[in-house]
Amino acid sequence: MALKTEPFVVNIGPAHPSTHGVFRMRTTLDGEVIVDMEPIFGYLHRGIEKLAEERTYTGVIPLTDRLDYLASMSNNLAYVLAVEKLAAIPVPGRAEYLRVIMAELQRIASHLIAVGAFLNDCGAFMTPILYMLREREKILDLFEMASGQRLTYNYMRVGGVSQDVPEEFIPALDKFVKVMPGFIDEYDQLLAENEILLARAKGVGILPKELAINISASGPVLRASGVKWDIRKADPYSIYDRFEFDIPTGTVGDCYDRYRVRIQEMRQSVRILRQALEQLPQGEVRSDVPHLLRPPVGEVYGHIEAPKGELGFYLVSDNSIAPYRFHIRAPSLINLTALRDMMVGWKVADAIIIFGSIDICMGEVDR
Amino acid sequence: MTVFNPYPGSSIGYGQTLPPDWPGGFWLHWGVFVVIIFVFVMAMVMGFIWFERRGIGRFQVRLGPNRVGPFGVLQPVADAIKVLLKEDIIPAKGDKLVHWLAPVVAFVPVLVIFAVVPFQDGALLADLNIGILYVVAISSISVVGIFMAGWGSNNKFSLLGAMRTVAQEVSYEIPLVLSILGVVLIAGSLSLNDIVKAQSIPFILLQPLGFLIYFIGACAEINRTPFDLLEADSEIVAGFHTEYSGMKFALFYLVEYAEALAISAIITTLFLGGWRGPVLPPFLWFLIKVVGVFFLIFWIRSTIPRVRVDQLMAFAWKCLLPLALINLLITGVEVLVLPEALPWTIIFLNLAIMAVLIALWSKLFRLGGGRVEV
Repeated sequence: MALKTEPFVVNIGPAHPSTHGVFRMRTTLDGEVIVDMEPIFGYLHRGIEKLAEERTYTGVIPLTDRLDYLASMSNNLAYVLAVEKLAAIPVPGRAEYLRVIMAELQRIASHLIAVGAFLNDCGAFMTPILYMLREREKILDLFEMASGQRLTYNYMRVGGVSQDVPEEFIPALDKFVKVMPGFIDEYDQLLAENEILLARAKGVGILPKELAINISASGPVLRASGVKWDIRKADPYSIYDRFEFDIPTGTVGDCYDRYRVRIQEMRQSVRILRQALEQLPQGEVRSDVPHLLRPPVGEVYGHIEAPKGELGFYLVSDNSIAPYRFHIRAPSLINLTALRDMMVGWKVADAIIIFGSIDICMGEVDR
Repeated sequence: MTVFNPYPGSSIGYGQTLPPDWPGGFWLHWGVFVVIIFVFVMAMVMGFIWFERRGIGRFQVRLGPNRVGPFGVLQPVADAIKVLLKEDIIPAKGDKLVHWLAPVVAFVPVLVIFAVVPFQDGALLADLNIGILYVVAISSISVVGIFMAGWGSNNKFSLLGAMRTVAQEVSYEIPLVLSILGVVLIAGSLSLNDIVKAQSIPFILLQPLGFLIYFIGACAEINRTPFDLLEADSEIVAGFHTEYSGMKFALFYLVEYAEALAISAIITTLFLGGWRGPVLPPFLWFLIKVVGVFFLIFWIRSTIPRVRVDQLMAFAWKCLLPLALINLLITGVEVLVLPEALPWTIIFLNLAIMAVLIALWSKLFRLGGGRVEV
């Protein structure tokens, strides 16, 4: 006797322990298998793009903090780089190095959350993420020294950074750079070769290379699919051409590869931090920029390699004190577009880890 | 002294197996042990909740509860009071009777298991000569309560969790029973008290593979990580008790820990020599072993991720079941052929067989796959 089954609709989210914010997946299930999935978002929409068009160029910086709130420094950096490109503003050497230090610290902090949350989604009851948060705290302490804030830093300025780092920052960073490789090894050993994790994550949620390129995925999601594309190398911004580092890539593009790529990237970030610390010059941290900046008429697209992928700011200036048009290319949103292709055919439990392995931040997706 | 025997002339009657020197006859014995079991289960569950939360706190580089009472020992009490004061919400479109009955159906069997667990020699409610069979039979009833909860809630997550549970418990029951049979063969009795008495060396040494299979199966049976699929919080919110609040939720919480306690007690009795041990009083030995097993259970919980539902079923049918059958066969042959062999020979033989079998199965058996073309 053939059993008659009937698909049914389950709304995963917007209030669900594993949706990393207010994301909703309208899944159609046949038993446990996902036959269709429709992503629904917009619950966190705050109209940041429109708000930014009403503010001065400096006043926009705090708004960018609220995009990907797990990587505020990277958002700051991407925005100020775009404005500097538009208005051709020079940046002092020390400020460039401080920016790189902050951006790489932020990458480690963001990846720690990503890896921890991914393992938590796999069902490792809170332990990995709490280990990761322990090291993230140290990074937040460093940020607090530099900017006074622990989440939304508002640290970068057009033409430099808001202030020089205090005396105790450099020894603390030095210590962090020395101990961090050991901690990354520890995180690696927590579950990397665990039989259950391998069974859960290997071969699950494969994003093929061609599809990844076609949807213009970026960041660890793209690199895990085997594409060696990193904007720090492909289109070097700031002073990234002065550092030596590798681009870790995956082979298959499954959840496990995305997890591995993030661990490897943390190692590379520590490597960049070590070099930046050695080369860090003395001097000014901010060039002379008028308070009410009026960039020349024109448009610009500035992009950086944010922890989650290519973060771009598209600005149009009409020579007034506020941007005429302000658009954000949010990596999380664009990486999300492959979600359905990765998910269909897998089970509910896989859907959760596939979603977790993309590492999104709803603040950035909904803006 | 006449004792109550509900089955006159039959050897099944539990009246017959009472300790003969017990004063007051059957009813006093019954009354005293019911109170003892209830108090024991409640106190141990409170203790376990505190122990697990503190222990997992240490595993997760944090402190755990530390505000209520010294070292937070009163935290379970505070939680219980809080949960009692909560509003009891019944889903408007749920099946009210089933929803109400589910926690009771889930809770009672767990309590009843302790009737046959010997706390020390002869100190048990009923020394059934089918003791272990009774445990296996009774412990499967809890799943009915869990399915009732999933059904009565009228919630899709609850239903998913409940469906997972039924599949899981039905599958894991079989390797579980087969691994117990090895112990029964060696001990030559189904009575838990007799099994303990037969353990001049703990059966974990004679039955290492049986212990492993039973432990894994038991973790699945009581829905502990890595088999906690029915309440997988990162997938289906809270599974079957998503829609429960107040005292009913507390009952489910109680069931979870009482089941862990029951399984720890059964493992202690079957494999770790029960109340036997040198120097310390028997009851204390029993307690120490129970807490030790529970520590192992929550150690695993705080360490490894969760398996997927199809992998869970594959693991039971393709890995545990054949291993349990082989273990039963080998034990049967050993009992038949070498009844007088030195225990040490058997111990090393069994350890070697276990190592070979596990190595073989880790080569043969792979979790994974799972994509369905739609």
